[in-house]
Amino acid sequence: MYNGGKIIAGLIIFIALVTFPFYTNMGKTIEKPADLAAAPDELHIGDLPIGQMRAEHMMLLDKWRDEVVRGGQRYITYDGDEYEKSIQNGCLACHSKQEFCGKCHNFAGVNPYCWNCHYSEEEGLL
Amino acid sequence: MGMIFSLVAVIVLVAIAFMGAKQNLLGLFGVAIPYLAVLVFIAGFIRKVIKWGQSPVPFHIPTTCGQQKSLPWIKHSSLDNPSTTLGVVGRMALEVLLFRSLFRNLKTDMSDGRAVYGSNKWLWLGSIAFHVTFVVVFIRHLRFFMEPVPTWVNAIDAADGFLQVGVPHLLITGVVLLAAATYLLLRRIFNAQVKYISLPADYFPLFLIIGIAVSGILMRYFIKVDIIKVKELTMGLATFHTTVPDGIGVIFFVHLFLISVFFAYFPFSKLMHLGGVFLSPTRNLANNSRAVRHVNPWNPKVKLHTYEEYEDEFREVMKSEGIPVEKES
Repeated sequence: MYNGGKIIAGLIIFIALVTFPFYTNMGKTIEKPADLAAAPDELHIGDLPIGQMRAEHMMLLDKWRDEVVRGGQRYITYDGDEYEKSIQNGCLACHSKQEFCGKCHNFAGVNPYCWNCHYSEEEGLL
Repeated sequence: MGMIFSLVAVIVLVAIAFMGAKQNLLGLFGVAIPYLAVLVFIAGFIRKVIKWGQSPVPFHIPTTCGQQKSLPWIKHSSLDNPSTTLGVVGRMALEVLLFRSLFRNLKTDMSDGRAVYGSNKWLWLGSIAFHVTFVVVFIRHLRFFMEPVPTWVNAIDAADGFLQVGVPHLLITGVVLLAAATYLLLRRIFNAQVKYISLPADYFPLFLIIGIAVSGILMRYFIKVDIIKVKELTMGLATFHTTVPDGIGVIFFVHLFLISVFFAYFPFSKLMHLGGVFLSPTRNLANNSRAVRHVNPWNPKVKLHTYEEYEDEFREVMKSEGIPVEKES
C-alpha cells in the first residue's frame, strides 16, 4: 500500500464518525417515554382517534389557533360538553405539560414554539 | 433509456418496501435490511479505499490551475498549483468545502464564428446546495439515534426551522435538498451534452435521493407517522436491543428501505467520490516535479554500471592505451 499511514488514519476517522451512534449508545437501555393510556381507536376531542392524536395533534392545534384568532370560534362541542380551544384552559386542564407534552417532545428532539407564549399553571409565569 | 431504467428501479424499490410493510415483514425491513446495509457500507467502503491505496501512481500527475512555483519574481499560485503538502491540504479543503473546481465551470458559445466563453455558476450552485443540505439533513437525523438528544442537534434543528412556517415547522434544508437534487436531474435531462454522457449509474442515485427526500418530506408534513415509535425502533438499532413497535406507518418503511439501499449501493457507485476525492492523484499530489523525483513504483530494478566501476574494470587496459583515467589505481 502506498501512503498507507495517511489512508488508514483517514479511514479510521471516517469509520469513527459513521459508527458514532453505535458506540455512544453502547450498553444503554432506552426507556420509552410513554405508552398510550387509552385504546388507540378511542376518540379524543376533535373526533380524532387517540392513536392518530399522537402524530397529528400539532395540526389540530394549528387549525384551532386559526379558528380562534381569525374566526373568533373559541369553543368546540364534543360529546355534549363544551371545551375551550386553548392550550392553558383546554389541553393543560387535563394534561400535564411536563409529563404529557414534555416527555415525548424531549425524546423526539421536538421544541414546539407553543411555549414561547403559553405557560402552564405548574410552572407559573416565567 | 438509462433514465427510464433508473426511474423504474427506484419505483420497484418503493413497491418492494410498500408491500413488505403491508405484509408485516417489519423485522426484515426495520432491522435486518438496515443492519445489512450499514455492514455492506462500512466493509465496502474500506475495501474500496484499500484497493485504491494499493494502486501505484506511475506518473506525477497533479492537475494545475495556476502559475507553478518558479523563480522568486514570478508570482506563484500556491493554492491552485501547490508545491507543498500544506498547499495540497489547502487546495483539497477548498475543493471539498467550496467546490472550487465547479466554480470555474464555463459555458462556450459561438459568436460571429468565434468561440466565446462565459461564466456558468449554476452547476456549482446546485451542487453545493445539494451537498451542504444533505450533510445538515444527515446530522439532524441524529435525533433518532441519540438519547437524550444533544443540545447541538436541537440547535441545528431550530436554526433550520427558524422560519417557523407551519407545524411541524418547515425545515429549510429539506426543501433545498429536494430542489437542488431536482435541478441536478433536470440538468441531465435537458442539457443535450450532459444527457449524451449520462448513464443509469448517474440517474439512479439521483432518483434514489429524490425518493428518499420525497418520502421524508411526506412523512414529516403530510402522511404522519408516530415519531415516538419510530425513535423506539431507531434507538433499538443503535443500542443493539432491536424492537419493532406496531403501528408505524408504511411510509416510514419505504423511507428506511430507500436509505438502506442508498448505503448498500454507496461503495459500488459514483457516490464513492466521498472517499475518492482524497485519493485522486490529480488532486492530492503537490506540483513539485522539478524539485522531487517521482519514481514509478513498478519500474524494474535496473542493474547500474557506474563509470567508477567501468574504470576499475578496465583501468589497466586504458592506461596501457594512453586513455586518461580519473584514478591512477
